[in-house]
Amino acid sequence: MKHARVIHEGREHTGVSHELGGQADAAVRLDDGRIVPQEQLTWLPPLAPTARPRTILALGLNYADHAKELEFKAPEEPLVFVKGQSTLIGHRQHTHRPSGVQFMHYECELAIVVGKTARNVKRDDAYDFIGGYTVANDYAIRDYLENWYRPNLRVKNRDTCTPLGPWFVDAADVPDPMALALKTTVNGTVTQQGSTRDMIFDAPFLIEYFSRFMTLSPGDLILTGTPDGVVDCKPGDVVVTEIEHIGALVNTISGNT
Amino acid sequence: MTPSPFLPTGTVYGTLLNFRAEVEALAPQMTQPPYKAPPKAPVLYVKTANTWSPHGSAITVPASVPEVEIGASIGMVIGAEGDIEGFVLMNDLSIPHGSFFRPPVKFKCVDGFLGIGPALRDAQEVADPANFRVEVCINGALKQSVDFSQLVRPAQQLLADVGEFMTLAHGDVLLLGCDAGRPLARAGDRIEISSPGFETLTNTLVQETAA
Repeated sequence: MKHARVIHEGREHTGVSHELGGQADAAVRLDDGRIVPQEQLTWLPPLAPTARPRTILALGLNYADHAKELEFKAPEEPLVFVKGQSTLIGHRQHTHRPSGVQFMHYECELAIVVGKTARNVKRDDAYDFIGGYTVANDYAIRDYLENWYRPNLRVKNRDTCTPLGPWFVDAADVPDPMALALKTTVNGTVTQQGSTRDMIFDAPFLIEYFSRFMTLSPGDLILTGTPDGVVDCKPGDVVVTEIEHIGALVNTISGNT
Repeated sequence: MTPSPFLPTGTVYGTLLNFRAEVEALAPQMTQPPYKAPPKAPVLYVKTANTWSPHGSAITVPASVPEVEIGASIGMVIGAEGDIEGFVLMNDLSIPHGSFFRPPVKFKCVDGFLGIGPALRDAQEVADPANFRVEVCINGALKQSVDFSQLVRPAQQLLADVGEFMTLAHGDVLLLGCDAGRPLARAGDRIEISSPGFETLTNTLVQETAA
C-alpha cells in the first residue's frame, strides 16, 4: 500500500494511492473516502505526526559512481550526517534557492523508514525492522561547502531543501529494495539514472551499522545517498526524483521574489 | 508532586568551536588538510532523540571505550517567536575523537549521550548569558569551570548566524558549545553540572553489559 499525508480543504488527512483516468497514483483516496486528484492536494512528508523529532540520518557518497564524480575514494565506513526536521517538505512543494548561489543540486535518494525499535540488529534480521520506503530529494547547496562536519548543515539542512514523498510505501510491497531504478528529470529531461543495486552500504548494512551504537525508533529515516548525475538547478526548474515501485516526487525551485 | 523533568520537543543542535580556547587549540590544524581554512559559518551537529537522558538518569558507557568526554554546555530553548524561551544545562557527551572532518555521528549520537538539566531557566530572568559560569564535578571533585564570556559567538549572535541559513522551530535547542579541556569520565563516575541560578544536572555513568 502507498500511504499519503495531505491537507485538503484546510484539514489534514491520511490517504492511499488511487488510480485516476487509467493512470496509477494519479489521485489519493482520503480517509473519509473521497478521491482527490494529486494536484488538488497540499502534500506533507508522509510521516505520522509525532511529539518527538524523528531522527533523520543521511548518507554521503554511498554510490561508487557519485564518489568518483566528487573525486573521492569510496568510503570504508558510512559517511553519515544528521538532519533536522525543519528541512523537510512534501511532494509538489517549492524549494528555495538563495540568491547569489552558483551550484545547487538535487539528490534522488531511497529513504528507509524504520518500522520498529532497532538496537544491535544483525544484518540477516535487518529487513524485519524496516517499515517502508519513500523518496527523498536531498538538495545540497555546494557554495557553502566548508571542510567542517562535511557535508555541513548550511549545505544540507536549509529550510525546504529536503522534499520527501509522495508516498510511504509498505516494505511488504517492495519486492527487492536493493534493485530499484532511480531517475531524476529536470524540466522533463533525464539528468540522473542509477540503481539502488549500486549502493556501497546497502539497507541491511545500514540498519546493522546504526543500531550498533544508537537505538532506531519507528519513523526514523535513513536517506541512503545518491548516484552520479547531479546538475545545477535554477529558479523555475521542475525536478522530479523517481524511484521504481516507490513513486515520483515533484519539486519546483523558487528564487527570491 | 515533583514536576516531570524538562525534555526538548524539537531538534537539539550542538555547536562546535564556539569557545575561544577551543578554537585556539585547533588553530594549527585549521589551515591544514582536511579542513584547509577556518570555518566561516557556525559548525553544527545534531544530538538525536536517542541521546536524551533526563536529569538523574544513568548513562551507559559503551564497552568498547574506557572513557567518555564530558561536554558541559547550556542549551538555548527556542520560543514560539524564534526568540529564546529559556536556558537549560546540558551534558553533551562524546566518545573522544580527533577529527571533525566527517560528522562523527557514531561518537556523538550514542544512546543516552546528552544529559538534560532538570528545569528551564526563564530567559526573562537572565540579564546576559555571557555571565553564565558552569562547573563540572566528577565524584564531587571540581574538574572544569566554564566561563561563557569566552564565547566566539555570544548567544544572540549565534542565534542570528544560525538563523541566516535555517529556521529554528519552537522547542528546538541550540547548544552554546563546549569549552576546551573537557574532562574524561568512566563507568561508576557521578557527573554534576552546576551553575548559579540553575538546578544542578546529575548523571551517573554505568558500564554497558554484554549484549
